[in-house]
Amino acid sequence: MLLFAKTHEWIKIDGKKGKVGISDHAQSELGDIVYIELPEVGDEFSAGDVLCEIESVKAVSEIYAPVDGKVVAVNEALEDSPELVNEDSMANWICELEIKGDTAGLLSEEEYKKTI
Amino acid sequence: MAIKTPLYDKHVAKGGQIVDFAGYELPIQYKTGIVVEHNAVRNAAGLFDVSHMGEIFFEGKEAEKALNYVMTNNMSNMYDGQCRYTMVCYENGTIIDDVLVYRYNGEKFLIVANASNKDKDFAWFLKNTKSFDVKVTDKSSEYGQVALQGPKSFEILTRLVSKEELPEKYYSFKDGVDISGVKCIVSRTGYTGEDGYEIYCAADKIGKIYDLLLEKGEDLGLIPTGLGCRDTLRLEAGMPLYGHELSDQIMANEVGLNFVLKFDKENFIGKKALENHVPQYERVGAVVVDRGIVREGAEIYSDGNLVGYVTSGTFIPSLQKAVCVLRLKVGYKDKALTARVRNKDLALEVVKMPFMNKK
Repeated sequence: MLLFAKTHEWIKIDGKKGKVGISDHAQSELGDIVYIELPEVGDEFSAGDVLCEIESVKAVSEIYAPVDGKVVAVNEALEDSPELVNEDSMANWICELEIKGDTAGLLSEEEYKKTI
Repeated sequence: MAIKTPLYDKHVAKGGQIVDFAGYELPIQYKTGIVVEHNAVRNAAGLFDVSHMGEIFFEGKEAEKALNYVMTNNMSNMYDGQCRYTMVCYENGTIIDDVLVYRYNGEKFLIVANASNKDKDFAWFLKNTKSFDVKVTDKSSEYGQVALQGPKSFEILTRLVSKEELPEKYYSFKDGVDISGVKCIVSRTGYTGEDGYEIYCAADKIGKIYDLLLEKGEDLGLIPTGLGCRDTLRLEAGMPLYGHELSDQIMANEVGLNFVLKFDKENFIGKKALENHVPQYERVGAVVVDRGIVREGAEIYSDGNLVGYVTSGTFIPSLQKAVCVLRLKVGYKDKALTARVRNKDLALEVVKMPFMNKK
């Protein structure tokens, strides 16, 4: 199941885990991404907390946790190639969360697209 | 309410992302993005809207004398048709602005000022030139301006004007250059570290010049370029930006621009204060060794002591590295330095500016 946050993150949920990334609209607004400060495995977040920061040439932007959860994996490929998120933001996830709560407040893809 | 430049509608039509810059609505980038635009200027050419810049004229018998009083650089040993970079200081030696001065002759000069400073500059010039036989006029709203920058600039512009009519030397200019029936001021200047021209004309004619240049330069790789790459280009070239490396809180002899402070001149505003001020800080360039981007405002530490802060910093495309400019206490540039970013200390390596290697 694919859901979006109003703050432009997506989460692809598979059972109790979900991979998190940013929307195509978000990567386009950020411009050329040059660094992603990945969270660390084991970090715990509540929905709406700053999950990590993305640096583009233009600016630094905060990425928020779409759900309550604990980081169980990070996409290490982004350490050397953060531009992968520009190339395909839907395929290149940032981290995987073990979901602790529910998905209240998240939007379907169709609903999200109406907000941008 | 931000001001729209005469080229505003063209930026929007070309997909420019509009931001408020010094009270002007200007594109930070187009759909191409900052890196593509940056590389176009380094490898071919880019066209910037710089209509927000201020144009202030000094005219009269004592124009040169008045300028020598309000500017730190020497305006007497310039040839007619020359451009010269200078700072403008307060009595206390801090910086009001950094500007370009265009010398027509000893009785007529054009001062090109930063958009954010032009009103305070104009007021300052009026106030401090009363005792001179000079008329100071702000004609900023009458002019539109574009900057054609990059190694293909000469080839592009000579498709519209014969090379004999263009200023040949770097930092020279000509007025009355006819570009398809529009009278322009053309200078061989810029803010990117590349060859190029800055072109001024009546505000209602700049759209025509802009369209003509883009049309004539398209096959050579010319694209419209925004403020985002203007910043990465000037940063790579080691050029200071007012409000960052320079400000009214910073002494003019602490910014690595001593070549524009002419203490052998009879007098200029700020001279006495600067002569009595031992520099406490210097402007230093650094490459970020650790992974991460260091931006303006980050604190600089040496062995646990706060020794400065970052005035500009981002990832620069030509080097493919994060770099930053520091306002660093004198005596620390050879020490191990770190920049604090989100509670982490990233190692820096001090390097000589400009950051980029000129081809």
